[in-house]
Amino acid sequence: MKRFIGFVTKEFYHIFRDKRSMFILFGMPIAQIMLFGFAITNEINNVNIAILDQSKDNETHKIINKISASPYFHIEQEINSEAQIESIFKKGKVKAVLVFQNNFIKDLQTKKQAKVQIITDATDPNIANTITNYINAILQNYLLENNAINQPNYQIQTQTQLYYNPELKSVFTFVPGVMTVILMLVSAMMTSISITREKELGTMEILLVSPLNPLQVILGKVFPYIFLSVINAIVIVTLGVFVFGMPVQGSLFLLALESILFIITALSLGILISTVSNSQQTAMMLSLMGLMLPVIILSGFIFPISSMPLPLQIISNIIPAKWFIIIIKAIMLKGATIQIIWKETLILIGMTLFFIGLSIKKYKIRLE
Amino acid sequence: MSIQVQNISKSYQNNLAVNALTFEVKEGELFGLIGPDGAGKTTLFRILTTLLLANEGTATVAGFDVVKDYKSIRSVVGYMPGKFSLYQDLTIEENLNFFATIFGTKLEENYDLIKDIYVQIEPFKKRRAGKLSGGMKQKLALCCALIHKPKVLFLDEPTTGVDPVSRKEFWEMLKRLQQKGITILVSTPYMDEAALCDRIALIQKGSILKIDTPDQIIQNYDKTIYDVQSKNTHQLLHDLKNYPTQYSVFAFGEFIHYIDKNEAFNSDELENYLKEKGHQELVIKKSKTTIEDVFMDLTNLKQ
Repeated sequence: MKRFIGFVTKEFYHIFRDKRSMFILFGMPIAQIMLFGFAITNEINNVNIAILDQSKDNETHKIINKISASPYFHIEQEINSEAQIESIFKKGKVKAVLVFQNNFIKDLQTKKQAKVQIITDATDPNIANTITNYINAILQNYLLENNAINQPNYQIQTQTQLYYNPELKSVFTFVPGVMTVILMLVSAMMTSISITREKELGTMEILLVSPLNPLQVILGKVFPYIFLSVINAIVIVTLGVFVFGMPVQGSLFLLALESILFIITALSLGILISTVSNSQQTAMMLSLMGLMLPVIILSGFIFPISSMPLPLQIISNIIPAKWFIIIIKAIMLKGATIQIIWKETLILIGMTLFFIGLSIKKYKIRLE
Repeated sequence: MSIQVQNISKSYQNNLAVNALTFEVKEGELFGLIGPDGAGKTTLFRILTTLLLANEGTATVAGFDVVKDYKSIRSVVGYMPGKFSLYQDLTIEENLNFFATIFGTKLEENYDLIKDIYVQIEPFKKRRAGKLSGGMKQKLALCCALIHKPKVLFLDEPTTGVDPVSRKEFWEMLKRLQQKGITILVSTPYMDEAALCDRIALIQKGSILKIDTPDQIIQNYDKTIYDVQSKNTHQLLHDLKNYPTQYSVFAFGEFIHYIDKNEAFNSDELENYLKEKGHQELVIKKSKTTIEDVFMDLTNLKQ
């Protein structure tokens, strides 16, 4: 036990004296969560749009007022001809143009149908899509109110209800995503680098020629990172909850346990990487290419797994991060209990045992 | 016997690094492995410290087999690798405490063993190891290797890259450690350090050329060596190589060491020959044989 404490103390000296490690450990999580939270988002707020009102009647005014009253849109200007549309898009001043046709009110009253055109700047397809949906929603809302007042009208209304994330807030995806990425990065990359550093500097030679057994060396290496990763997880969840309003519906205790499980999965991957690489650089490249990219791309963090081609969907099953993201989303958003996520949890446990077994088998008690 | 090596061979891919080595080191002996870089010294050290497995042969250290009982060996030997292998971002004190804990001991417990060495670096104990001079690093590494009072101490080229004064001090320390009953196996590429060992093995390209005490090795050397010097060293080297009865010629410090094939060699004849060649300020005198001379000769013979 004394040996273990001595070893862990030494590891903490390494970490706290290395600026790079400190940055990755504590700067990165905060920077990432802020970046995702404030910069990379699909939500729209105060989007500039233009109006081309060829009808200029009461009803169109009502609609325009409704739009400009919403927090999502700001009416930048009103234009007078279709010819202007192209030029204001090119200037990049507005993201969308709303066109009311001639005789809007007349059509609405006589034909019970009037036409509105929404033209969006689709250079950013996600935003264009969101804008269209939002404007549509406002128009539907208007119709609903009008029908109620004027004459009852048989009409089939689709009513969409978004569960768990009714406002489609991207914070709900990125907090679990960033947490997964950070835990993977800190746990896997940092441990693999810190073990290979001993090999590179030759200190591994001395550690091997000492009464320490491999298990003690590995546990001593891994323990500080479990501790630091848990702190990171707490920081991320706290930031998510208090800065971005992320809910935690389920039990915090379960969330903590599942996070620790994932941290151990990542650590065992880190150990595995360190057994096959001899230099810090190889370890770093392996962690980045072999772990970070799949975690970001194939885990469902950014791109939904269901819209991937089938081979990639199959591959995504072997990415531990995929299961962890499912688990923490279920806990945080749906308030899931272990009865609901036991399958994913078992998969993670299985993967962890597999990686640990493989690392122990591959761990060298000698230099070659 | 403290170390027994029987017919040990080791090759990397197709490169034979250590070729059927056999030798023994007695208890309490200061044994030197003398040879140039690439002679196989480090490989042998790693086999004996259980870091590498030999392809052939057996070896024991402190009575334990290097393959079967590797765990026992790891707790009774001290090992100082050729490359400085301590934690550069830890201070002297932290390094020492760390190695003390992993060996299950305390700095105070074997303090008498390292005291002589430690007092020299103690004033800098709060300094990080990476910021120490070469000599101080060496002393710290030795302290760390000694902290658990090992029975056998392995020192792989401990004086490489260390200034002459520190080197001398270092060997004095080794002598004192030896008096405390520690068996020491030390390797060095410096031939002048050979004389400080009890016994030495001259090693070249993975094979042992000779094992004996330094004095015996010199005494058993049957050829006479002459120091030759003139104003034009380069020309002298060339002319000596062309002398009909030359056996070996090589530069040795300010002199050229010359050995003749004939036992009845007369230096006057050589002097005349060299004077004819126009050499000025010529000096020819009998030289004291050194380990390096023997080593050079043995290497030549082998080729």
